[in-house]
Amino acid sequence: MNADSTCLGYDHLTRRTLMRGAGAAGLSWLTPLADLLAVEAEKSPSGKPAKSLILLWLGGAASQLDTFDPHPATKIGGGVKTIGTAIKGVQFAAGLEQTASVMGDVSVIRSMVSREGDHERAFYNIKTGYRPDPTLIHPSIGAVLCHELPETPVEIPTHVSILPNQWPARGGYLGAKFDAFQVYDPRGSIPDVRARVADERMEKRLESLEVVERAFAAGRAASLDTQKTLHRLSIERARRMMTSEQLKAFDVSLAPAAERNAYGDTPFGRGCLAALRLIQTGVRCVEVTLSGWDTHANNLEGQAAQVKILDAAYASLIRDLKRHGLLESTIVLCGGEFGRTPKINALEGRDHWPHAFSMLVAGGGFAGGRVMGATDPQGEKKEPEKPVYVEDLHATVLDLLGIDYLKEMMTPIGRPMALSKGDVVQELTS
Amino acid sequence: MSDLLPCPPRSAWLRNAAVLVGLVGGAAFGVLHWFEKPVTVTKDAPVAEQGDTGMVAKAVDAEFEEEWAANGEEPAPLADDLTLMRRLSLVLTGSIPSLQEIREFQAMTGTDRTRRWLSRLLADRRTSDYLAERLARAFVGTENGPFLIYRRRRLVEWLGDALLQNRPYDRIVRELIDSKGVWTTSPQVNFITVTNEPGKGPDEAKLAVRVSRAFLGVRIDCVECHDGKLGSPWKQADFHQLAAFFGQTDFALTGLRDDPKDRYKARYLGQTEEAVIPAQVPWKTELLPEKGGPRARLARWVTAPENRAFARATVNRLWALLFNRPLVSPVDDLPLAGPFPPGLERLADDFIAHGFDLHRLIGVITATRVFQMSSLSENPEAERRWAAFPVTRLRPEQMAGSVIQAASLTTLDAEAHVLLRIKRDLDVGNFVKRYGDTGEDDFEDGGGTIPQRLLLMNGNMVSENVRNNPLVNAGTRIAMLAPDDRTAVETAYLAIFTRRPTEAERGHFEGLLASSKGNGRQNVMSDLYWTLMNATEFSWNH
Repeated sequence: MNADSTCLGYDHLTRRTLMRGAGAAGLSWLTPLADLLAVEAEKSPSGKPAKSLILLWLGGAASQLDTFDPHPATKIGGGVKTIGTAIKGVQFAAGLEQTASVMGDVSVIRSMVSREGDHERAFYNIKTGYRPDPTLIHPSIGAVLCHELPETPVEIPTHVSILPNQWPARGGYLGAKFDAFQVYDPRGSIPDVRARVADERMEKRLESLEVVERAFAAGRAASLDTQKTLHRLSIERARRMMTSEQLKAFDVSLAPAAERNAYGDTPFGRGCLAALRLIQTGVRCVEVTLSGWDTHANNLEGQAAQVKILDAAYASLIRDLKRHGLLESTIVLCGGEFGRTPKINALEGRDHWPHAFSMLVAGGGFAGGRVMGATDPQGEKKEPEKPVYVEDLHATVLDLLGIDYLKEMMTPIGRPMALSKGDVVQELTS
Repeated sequence: MSDLLPCPPRSAWLRNAAVLVGLVGGAAFGVLHWFEKPVTVTKDAPVAEQGDTGMVAKAVDAEFEEEWAANGEEPAPLADDLTLMRRLSLVLTGSIPSLQEIREFQAMTGTDRTRRWLSRLLADRRTSDYLAERLARAFVGTENGPFLIYRRRRLVEWLGDALLQNRPYDRIVRELIDSKGVWTTSPQVNFITVTNEPGKGPDEAKLAVRVSRAFLGVRIDCVECHDGKLGSPWKQADFHQLAAFFGQTDFALTGLRDDPKDRYKARYLGQTEEAVIPAQVPWKTELLPEKGGPRARLARWVTAPENRAFARATVNRLWALLFNRPLVSPVDDLPLAGPFPPGLERLADDFIAHGFDLHRLIGVITATRVFQMSSLSENPEAERRWAAFPVTRLRPEQMAGSVIQAASLTTLDAEAHVLLRIKRDLDVGNFVKRYGDTGEDDFEDGGGTIPQRLLLMNGNMVSENVRNNPLVNAGTRIAMLAPDDRTAVETAYLAIFTRRPTEAERGHFEGLLASSKGNGRQNVMSDLYWTLMNATEFSWNH
């Protein structure tokens, strides 16, 4: 367990985390050679397992019928127009032209099933793979990833939430240090990373801090700082982050104009570009949220507006990850917390529908060009063909990341809890 | 700064305005003489407690001493008075003491001045408000809940009033469980209405969870869906029969009431149909009154003096609030039949014998050697056995309250100008939002996170409270008003750390002040404030 480290930085590689990274869990001994292998495996850019994750949340719940699973010219179609995709015989809603063109590298699940129909509970479910529980908070999958995989040589947070909604990814029972670092529209620098005084004065402040820390440490165990308060470590890391060149990864204004334009001049487009730059820097998990899909009224126009924002950003991200050779080591998920009703309501809207919705999966060992499951074109049958439950998606992602998803963690309430209780969906990977 | 996060409301003008109002009134000049000598206290506070509090505390200590001896543990020496004062302020008011309070405390004479200080704090509105907020987290959580029928704030105010009057705790709890009416006129009904499900009424299961955890320190919610596993003695029926006491609770035009026609139904594991579940308590059934409405009977049973789980759970929770760490962890999971740690049974006995008097309980716990011990120990394991005062991380609202208090030389209490108090609340809220709330009740001691460190080093709140601002910021005012460097450094240390500097610290900062000129002096004070607020000693209770 990464117990004495934070979700940030490199220098606290513990033997146990290395062991996991090397896929050698179960060995109770570890030679320096095994140490070395663990680091090498981490450095290797090719082959399995995947090592990073991008989550694109279509918050408010995208309508599967107006995006990745349209049923045109049926009573549930709702006037949607469709286009062909790179997958033979598979159609998407019009407006997703760019996304359609990258589907050779992407698969679409049309049979996602959640058991939660409330936004907050469903977000909890899709981010953690568990249903809300009054007795404990489960970690989001990005936190699990940071906890289980070896730390990466970066000076900035390795779990990042861009444009978070009310429910950003959390560390849950793994601890607040695994919470996602939250940033908003990445159009400039991020908050609180610039010192308020000149360098020279900051140095003096830190020198004074040493004097004060010595006074507090006198007569106390050395482990108070190194094991418990982590004060020195957190100051060092904050300082390293404040002066790090890697902070530039957050600032998309530094990217070439052509690149920026491709993603679209929107906060979400910039968020996706920042996600690319962060993954390039070695960050483990980035979530980017595009809200505004909760179309209880005027569904057709509402969805189309969000589709326009999504299409350029998503397709550019997949293309660029591939171009930089990062797609094989980076999993990209894109979808909402649930779907929307086949039935169109009196306000021309669609309501909440957790019974069958769509999710795009790509990279990191996911196969491209496949379709999983199907929904009833008449909208009469609730259950989709080949259902993929939210927890199954979690198990599959963790498995691709080389994490033993069945491993039980001891939670603070003393109840052992598996990292995921789902089953791996082999059809999506092999 | 081109921060991407929405900036907190720039409410600095509020504070400036309030201070100007104060200046016009002449009150702000009063601080001058705090640099010279302790102030004279006009009226002495009454002694915190009469009679046998000390004896009970000694009996509690004896149990700990026995355990230390058995383990060959050398207990830490007693802490000094100022350290005790800091602890008491932090846990009772949610903030460190002000320089004004420190000077008043120093002017008090006698060996029992910390006891008298405690009784002053117990009569302070800040204390009842803060304890009410802490307890409310266990009672109703932190969320705002169903809007039209629930006002968390009203409940906290009601609880604050009850704590200020020192209403017996068993009565407070009975009023929460067995309340009627609308939230506006009977704020205690919010305990029930927070669980309301649209179209279904109050959620019996959630209420069973709250009652068993918050008041009895028992977690029987694990058996909501199946009988107990992993050695849990509880059966599914225990949970649902407890929930059934809320089966008749419903809303009408007149607010919350019990409808005798309603019945609680649930489906047990292995059954195909829902069944009507009778109301029954999971232990000591003989204590359940036969007459009365279901909630009234439950309330009597929960708070019966013979139902010791109630007293134990309350002792454990109060202990947790005072030490930032419970005697039994987690705070709401105590064994019914023991074994119990040192002190718990003795404190529960005293709490029951004195009619569930919370002020007395606080008085007894803080009179123990265990509470008054120093946190200084070379042995990292000592605090595990309470042989040294545990070093625990301040909660976010304690951090924010302390930064704001340290930047003001006068006490920000109910007497402070209303604009200052509004500004304080806004700032605390903004800070807690960014720093991360600890949730319902978290006594975990994780180290600080990097975003938290960045917020303290570079964030708005610390920056605004330490920068040069002769009108409002203590650092600047000390730089301008202190008669000499020695006094300036000492005053800042008292205002931020509630202690005097060591010789090494004094030498270091006096040196920096001596070599500064003009405005540089104010910068040194600003840097001193920043430094102390970013130190371990500031963000950890000790």
